[in-house]
Amino acid sequence: MNPAFLDNSLFRNIYCYLAGSSDSCAERGYDTTLLPAGFEWLAFAITAFIIINIVINAGLGAVVVYIWGERRILGRIQNRTGPNRWGPFGSFTSVADAIKTLFKEDIVPDEADRWLFNLAPILMVFPVLSVLAVIPFGVGTFVVDLNIGILFVIAITSMSGISVVLASWASGNRIAIFAGMRSVAMLISYEIPMALSLIGVLMLAGSMSLGKIVDAQDIPFVLVQPLGLFVFLIAAQAETSRTPFDLIEAESELAAGYLNDYSSMKFGIFFLAEFLATIVASMLIVTLFLGGWRGWDLIPSQIWFAGKTVLVLLFIMWMRFSWPRLRVDQILSLAWKGLFELTLINIFVTAILIAIWPDPGITELLIMSAINWVVFFISIWLVSKLLRPGDYTAPAPRTDRPTYPVATDELPDEVAYTGGTTR
Amino acid sequence: MTTQVRTEPITVNLGPQHPSTHGVFRMRVTFDGEEIIDVEPIFGYLHRGSEKLAEERTYVQVVTLTDRMDYVGSMLNNQAYMLAVEKLAGVEPSPRGVWLRMIASELQRIASHLVAVGFLIQDLGAWGTPLIYTMREREKILDLFEMLCGARITNSYLRPGGVFMDAPEEFWPAMNAVLDELPPRIDDLDDLLTDNDIIFSRTKGVSVLTPEQMLDASITGPMLRAAGVDWDLRHRDPYDYYDQVKFERPLHTAGDNFARYWVRVQEMRESIKIVRQCEKMIEPGPVRPDHDDVPWLLRPPVGDAYAAIEHSKGELGFYLVSDGSISPYRCHVRAPSLINLTLLREMLVGELLADMFVSFGSVDINMGEVDR
Repeated sequence: MNPAFLDNSLFRNIYCYLAGSSDSCAERGYDTTLLPAGFEWLAFAITAFIIINIVINAGLGAVVVYIWGERRILGRIQNRTGPNRWGPFGSFTSVADAIKTLFKEDIVPDEADRWLFNLAPILMVFPVLSVLAVIPFGVGTFVVDLNIGILFVIAITSMSGISVVLASWASGNRIAIFAGMRSVAMLISYEIPMALSLIGVLMLAGSMSLGKIVDAQDIPFVLVQPLGLFVFLIAAQAETSRTPFDLIEAESELAAGYLNDYSSMKFGIFFLAEFLATIVASMLIVTLFLGGWRGWDLIPSQIWFAGKTVLVLLFIMWMRFSWPRLRVDQILSLAWKGLFELTLINIFVTAILIAIWPDPGITELLIMSAINWVVFFISIWLVSKLLRPGDYTAPAPRTDRPTYPVATDELPDEVAYTGGTTR
Repeated sequence: MTTQVRTEPITVNLGPQHPSTHGVFRMRVTFDGEEIIDVEPIFGYLHRGSEKLAEERTYVQVVTLTDRMDYVGSMLNNQAYMLAVEKLAGVEPSPRGVWLRMIASELQRIASHLVAVGFLIQDLGAWGTPLIYTMREREKILDLFEMLCGARITNSYLRPGGVFMDAPEEFWPAMNAVLDELPPRIDDLDDLLTDNDIIFSRTKGVSVLTPEQMLDASITGPMLRAAGVDWDLRHRDPYDYYDQVKFERPLHTAGDNFARYWVRVQEMRESIKIVRQCEKMIEPGPVRPDHDDVPWLLRPPVGDAYAAIEHSKGELGFYLVSDGSISPYRCHVRAPSLINLTLLREMLVGELLADMFVSFGSVDINMGEVDR
């Protein structure tokens, strides 16, 4: 067993209670032994089972709460009440929905590739749940602190693109094929800026482990890496296909996109994976840029983490409910012409700053952050100049009267539209 | 070196069950990748035979059928039908009734444009927020209609020669409150949507129609004005008392989706001006001619009549033929929704799948009127 697991206090307590005689537990002063020597594997299996259950169920519970919260906030943003019938403040609505989804008929279309059709939902939810394993939720509250945490996250989340393609292809539905084509173009394009936006954080923290990155944030990295956060926030929204980038399940165009032919719990799993992915993305933003679980000691670190995550989620919801969707070519040009350049600028500037101050203290970090914010505004301004739609050149409100045939000869011609401009 | 990839066109059936076809409209679209190379619209899923049913009803009863044609512009439909009936039967309308129906139809025009703008943004992919904001304003107008005639959507407010009931006392302060509230709300809409880069970049230069194309296809309404043709029946061929009110016609020259959206937003402001002028001009009096002059059971002389109004979607005309009996011998509707759709193929071919429903929504059709 990897002794790194024992950094997790819950894991350590359960495991060492079962197999305290093993070397790594004895070093930490445990002496209770429930299982005889040689049965460490069983202790490990039991402990892992318990921990995995706790994490997955916490994740699913978070989704239920999040869906309810999103509906309530969507209601507030849209000047209506939101769900308020079932349970206090409508909080059981998600539960009712889950039960309803479970009892729906599970339909597999005749033209579907049955095997892949069933595999796709599993492939969708698996990477999202796996990412939960490396996120530090608080002091000593994590499954494992992988030393290649960020690499693991980036590698495993890129699997979700495969599952969307599988789902759309296996459905045998033409509208779903459009979603599949779009997902190939979009998810893969956005993985590049997403990965590159984290390089600055890696350089500052000097480690890929998420725990070490949190430890390194004496001031939150959002101050030092504004460009990194900006790009990561946008790329994460694209990867989780939230609204400005929800090409894959564009409701007004593709009905439900790749989900068209899914029903019952398979649909539920996709739905769950999508919302869980949003939560996980906000958790990553909190961990990498907002200081993770760190805060004043008065409040437990887990609460800090949860509070920050909720704030990021609120921001993401706000974006989601305010803006319409971009077109596919605009989304791709944003990734390749905009975000990609921004990440390169960020890496370049951060690398120079790290070369000047190889081991930054708080003062150096503050100087860096000042420089980075200046770079942030200048580069955003430059890129937005590049990407913004050009103004109308020809069309302006027309004042001269056109010479088209008219119904009557005498016209009250003194009324000419003068008010307003297009842009 | 560029390599030519062989691609195969894919034909997709969109609708009649599709979230953004504004009802039950069906299109067989052939795509090359995301690009549209052919569109075949298929109508008729909401055909209720309104024109035929009109032949079985008295002239007043047909009002209820017109309500259900374009159900977001019922007052305007009523107005067009009543103009045709008055022309056919030679009814002299009473002034207060005419002012009241002008107020009602301009309010309805605002409501209809609000729906058009809201659903256009919804088709662009916004998560319902702009739609619900526009619906909130529409609600207030529907409340006014409820005060006027007791119904919100299917009003049946108009009668030959005027309206069936005078506005209650409380209507006027309530209407003024709504009119005071609307301009800042429309400004909000402008701030939130017109200046929005996403909306602008997605609608600019998409589905451009030239004035010549549209005149050839006899397209009317905001679509035509968005291409710079100054054609508004309220101004070209004034009906009711539109020659006594002053208003401006917003024109745009682009003829693309953005221009169509923009013209609608500006027209709401003009409609508010018209309602305010009507309120100043209206004077006490009967809201419809005396029952002895214009009975409920009209028997127009043998003949035919066509009357058209500037509906929120274009020129809405009713052609009525009378054989002297109590119901029309023939009732034909010139439905702007249907005729504005005729250039759908020209609008869509060459655009992308994502812009398809935006262009479709920018026509502002109503399936109840297309299929009737």
